[in-house]
Amino acid sequence: MDAKQYEKYVKEKTPTHNLFLNMLGAFVSGGMICTLGQLILNICKNIGLDKEISGSWTSLILVLISVLLTGFNIYPKLAKWGGAGTLVPITGFANSVAAPAIEYQKEGQVFGIGCKIFTIAGPVILYGILTSSLLGLIYYFLHIWGIV
Amino acid sequence: MEQIVGKQSIQFQRAAHILSAASVVGKKEGDGPLGKYFDKVGEEDGLFGCTSWEEAESNLQKEAVTLALEKAELEKWQLRMIYAGDLLAQTIASSFGIMGFHTPIYGLYGACSTMGEALSLSAMAVAGGYAPYVAAVTSSHFGSAEKEFRFPLGYGNQRPLSATWTVTGSGACILGTKGGKARIAGITTGKIVDYGFKDSLNMGACMAPAACDTIYQNLMDFNRLPEDYDKIITGDLGEVGQRILFDLMKEKGFDIEKQHMDCGIEIFDQNTQDTHAGGSGCGCAAVTFAAYILPKIEKGEWKRILFVPTGALLSKVSFNEGKSVPGIAQAVIIEHC
Repeated sequence: MDAKQYEKYVKEKTPTHNLFLNMLGAFVSGGMICTLGQLILNICKNIGLDKEISGSWTSLILVLISVLLTGFNIYPKLAKWGGAGTLVPITGFANSVAAPAIEYQKEGQVFGIGCKIFTIAGPVILYGILTSSLLGLIYYFLHIWGIV
Repeated sequence: MEQIVGKQSIQFQRAAHILSAASVVGKKEGDGPLGKYFDKVGEEDGLFGCTSWEEAESNLQKEAVTLALEKAELEKWQLRMIYAGDLLAQTIASSFGIMGFHTPIYGLYGACSTMGEALSLSAMAVAGGYAPYVAAVTSSHFGSAEKEFRFPLGYGNQRPLSATWTVTGSGACILGTKGGKARIAGITTGKIVDYGFKDSLNMGACMAPAACDTIYQNLMDFNRLPEDYDKIITGDLGEVGQRILFDLMKEKGFDIEKQHMDCGIEIFDQNTQDTHAGGSGCGCAAVTFAAYILPKIEKGEWKRILFVPTGALLSKVSFNEGKSVPGIAQAVIIEHC
């Protein structure tokens, strides 16, 4: 049996999660996180903060909640159920930074937390910044040439 | 009597006897179907009074060997050598766990098949007359293994149904020239078998071809049929790997469904413990052997078994560099005596 045949055969023998239930979990959990975000945003606006500052507070509070839930080992349980719904919003990003910080704390402040805090979030940060820079550059030239 | 048998096997003229065995496990394993058989079960936090997962795992090995020595009524200085292994990089759990015994040691790495490797080498040392008493010990820890091979524990992700759950535990056996009610009659050393499969979260599928290869070779070398064994027990193939093993063995003309048992399937209840395909890690086969399998052989409930711990040979680096996950399986024939 060659590698391709074996892979195909294994795929037939391996059970998989129910796609519909996974999507439902993601829809509900992601929706709930976004609703919570909206709630915080509305409260901030209601107490008189301007739109941008309200947005920052919303992000900050969501991140804080996620970090606390990671510390109390609750976030992995939510993610197990919610999947992408809990991973895609900013809370998932916060979880991916907090989790290594907790795990590698034993290896010290520099080589533990310092070196390893971005082991999961690192690619998002690197390629996020790279993509934004490239897009910024394109926008800059389009602006100079009067296209936009 | 010729001791070299077939292509890959040894039939010992003076079989090594298993004098005692001990197992120390974590809380989740203690809550599992085999919970009541283990010698010692740890607390919920999995730290066993230590400050890190790695230190906890070392402590597991130390306790397992100490308990096994107590059961065999031996002192540590009587051990001529220890064969020890674990899953961590540079096998630090073994080094730090065994260090305090001040006993000569061989550190081993065979991924989750290490208990088979340790028992094989221990049996050879005793059967060859090189040592009166030898210890074989392996360990794994859920926390340290996740850190070594996957993600930090606090990271939220979804495990596929084919994934296995690393067993927190350590099992140790003391072997000697006489005594005890079980002996290692022979071994079949496994080859590395690679079907080019790359999914490290489906390790059952990575290891099943190796298990098949070693079991088949054992049957050929000793000219036996599956019926000649009361049980053929693999290490941690899990539900997926077991199905594949049955198919691969059938292709080779053997039906082992009646005799087969898998430590990974036995150790957890996948319906209530959320472990998916089963348990894994080199502690899985070791603790199941020490707590559940060996007593059955000692009582004579099983007269002869084939114990085949299975391992998936990968590291984070090999996985990231796109390499496949080859498997290995070490077979040990254990008989009631």
